[in-house]
Amino acid sequence: MRIVKILSVLAVLLVLATVAVAEGGQVLLNAAGATFPYPIYSKWFDQYHQAHSNVQINYQSIGSGGGIRQLLDKTVDFGASDGPMSDDQLKTANVPILHFPTVLGAAIPSYNLPGVQGELNFTPEALSGIFLGKITKWNDSAIASANPGVKLPGDEIVVVHRSDGSGTSYIWTDYLSKVSPEWQQKVGKATSVNWPTGLGGKGNEGVSALIQQTPGSLGYIELIYAIQNHLPYGKVKNSSGAFVKADLASVSAAAAAASKFMPEDFRVSITNPEGKAAYPIASFTWLLIPAKFTDTTKRDVVKDFLKWMMTDGQQSCESLSYAKLPKEVVAMEMKAISKIE
Amino acid sequence: MATTPNAAAPADLTWSPRALLRRMRGADEIAHLITFVAAATLLLITVLLVYQLWVLSAEARTKFGWGFFVTKIWDPVAGDFGALPFIYGTLVTSAVALVIAVPLGVGGAIFLAELAPPKLSSSLTFVSDLLAAVPSVIYGLLGVFLLVPIMRTTVQPALKATLGFLPLFQGPAYGIGFLTAGIVLAVMIVPFVLSVSREVLLAVARDQREAALALGATKWESTWKVVVPAARIGIFGSVFLALARALGETMAVTMVVGNNPRIAASLFSPGYSIAAVLANEFSEATGNLYLSALIELGLVLFLLTFVLNGLARILIVVTTARGSGVLPT
Repeated sequence: MRIVKILSVLAVLLVLATVAVAEGGQVLLNAAGATFPYPIYSKWFDQYHQAHSNVQINYQSIGSGGGIRQLLDKTVDFGASDGPMSDDQLKTANVPILHFPTVLGAAIPSYNLPGVQGELNFTPEALSGIFLGKITKWNDSAIASANPGVKLPGDEIVVVHRSDGSGTSYIWTDYLSKVSPEWQQKVGKATSVNWPTGLGGKGNEGVSALIQQTPGSLGYIELIYAIQNHLPYGKVKNSSGAFVKADLASVSAAAAAASKFMPEDFRVSITNPEGKAAYPIASFTWLLIPAKFTDTTKRDVVKDFLKWMMTDGQQSCESLSYAKLPKEVVAMEMKAISKIE
Repeated sequence: MATTPNAAAPADLTWSPRALLRRMRGADEIAHLITFVAAATLLLITVLLVYQLWVLSAEARTKFGWGFFVTKIWDPVAGDFGALPFIYGTLVTSAVALVIAVPLGVGGAIFLAELAPPKLSSSLTFVSDLLAAVPSVIYGLLGVFLLVPIMRTTVQPALKATLGFLPLFQGPAYGIGFLTAGIVLAVMIVPFVLSVSREVLLAVARDQREAALALGATKWESTWKVVVPAARIGIFGSVFLALARALGETMAVTMVVGNNPRIAASLFSPGYSIAAVLANEFSEATGNLYLSALIELGLVLFLLTFVLNGLARILIVVTTARGSGVLPT
C-alpha cells in the first residue's frame, strides 16, 4: 500500500512538472508527409524535444502527396516528401518553398528463384526490359550474360511492384526512366505509374510477401526494409560498369557523386550517378520548408532544428539503417538555412 | 402502449408553443422527434457525402465526361484516367463472393434455424458472429500467407485440369487474382448472410410451420416450401447487406487481388477494385486532376452501390408480387 501511495505522489508531481514546462513558452510545430523517413524523423523530433523541452514537433506520416497538399493548404508548418515538388506545385504556393535533403533511401531488386545460389547481377537493360514486359524468361540472354556461371531456369518472370503510391516506386521509375528511353516515353516516373506488367503488392511488406510466395518473381523493395528483414537482393550495374550491392556506404557514395551537380534548390535526382562505388537506384528524401514564417518563434525553432539535424541528428541515421548525407551536401544545406525568413 | 395521462388527453390540434409544449410532455411526441432527427441525420450525411464527391470530382468530370466509365487506362503520369477496369474488378470479385457466400450462408441459416438442436444453433451462431468481427486486414493476411499458396499449387491447377475449357479458368496461376479475392470476400460476408437470414427464418410465425405439417408436409417440405419463401425478403436483405460490404471492402481485397487494372475473362488474372485503388493511391496522389479522378472513383462506387441496391429492390418487388398468390403475406 505504501508503494502505491508513493507512486501516486510521484505521478502528481510529474503532472505538475509537465504543466509547469507547458507554461514556459511551448512551441508546437505540425508537420506531415512521407512515410519512408518516418522512423528517423520521429526519432529526431523526440531527441530534439529531449534537448529542447519546450519544443514539440508533431509529425504525421500520411504520405508525400498528403504532405505536399497540407503544406500548400497551410494546415501544417512544414512538409516532407520522397519526391521533389514539381514546378507547377511550387507555383501554386503563396510563399516560396525550400527543399532540404534529410536522409537517403534506395530501392533494391529482390527475387525468388529456387535453386539459384548467390546474388544475381542485373544490368539496367535487363531491369528495364523485365519491367517493360519484354524480357519474360529468367534465362533470357540479357540476364544470363551478366551472370556467367549461374544456371538460370527457363521460368516465367513474375514482376512484382508496389500498388500503393510510394517514394520507393518514385526512385525505381526515376531510375528506369534514366536508363531506358522507352520507359521514359511509355511509362515515366511518379509515385504511382501505369505499370506495363506485373502484380501489385501493398507496401514493402506486401511486395516482399508476394515475392516470397511466388517462385520466379522479381520486385523492388526499399533498402532499409530489405536489410531489417534479411531479404536477399541482387547487385545492379552502375554507370561506371561496376556491379554494386546496395548498402549504406554505396548509397551515400551515390549522393556524394551527385552533389557535384547539386542545384541551388536541392531538387535533384541522384539515380544512375557517376562513380565506381555508387549504387545507382537511390534518392534523397526532403523536408519542405516555407521560406517565410509569420511567426518568428517558429521560424527560429525550425532553423535551429535543421542545423541540429545536419550535425547531431545525422549520427542517429545508421542505427536505423538510413544512409547519411554526404558532408558536401550538409555544407550546402547549412548555407541554405539562412534563406528562411 | 405506456403513455402518460397527458398524452391520452383529447388531442390539441393548435400549434401554439404552449400547446406544443403540452404535447411534448407525451412520450410519443418526444420519441417521434428523436427518431426523426436520427433518420434525418442519416439522410443528411448521405446527401453531404454525395455533394462533396460531386464537387471535388469536378475537374475529372469535365475533362473525361462519360468516357471515364469506358476508358481502360489509368495512367497517373500522363494524367489519363478511366474507371472501367476498377468497376469490372469490383463487380467480378463481389460476384464471385456472392456465388460462394449465398448458398453457404443461406444453407447454414436454414440448418441453424430449422434443423439443428437449439444448443448447437446458438453456439454456431455465436461463432459466425465472431467471424464478422475479425478485422479485414487479418483476412487479407490469412489470404496472402495461407490461401494464395494453396490456390497457386492446388486449387488453380485442379480447376485448370477440370474446367480449363472455360475462359474463366485459363491463364497462368499466380495464386492471387479475382478468384482468390472473391473467396476471401466470401469468407468475410458469409456471417452477414448467415446471421441475418437465421434471424429472419426464426421470425416466421409458428402457425405457418404447423399448418404445413398439419397438411401432411414433411419437415423439409415445410421448411423449403413455406418457411423459406415467407422469409424471402429478409434473406434478400441479408444478401444485399453482404453485397454492400463486398463492394466496399478495401484491405483484404488489395492484399490478394493483384492490384493491376486489367480486364480479363480469366478469374486467375490479377485485377483491381475501386476501394483498393482508393486506399492505395489516395495518400500519395499529387496534382489536382489525379486527386479529382480518385474522388470520382469514389462517386462511381457510390453510384454502383446505389444502382445494385435499386436493382435488388426491383427484384424483391417482382418476386414478391409473383409469390403473393401462394402466400398471404
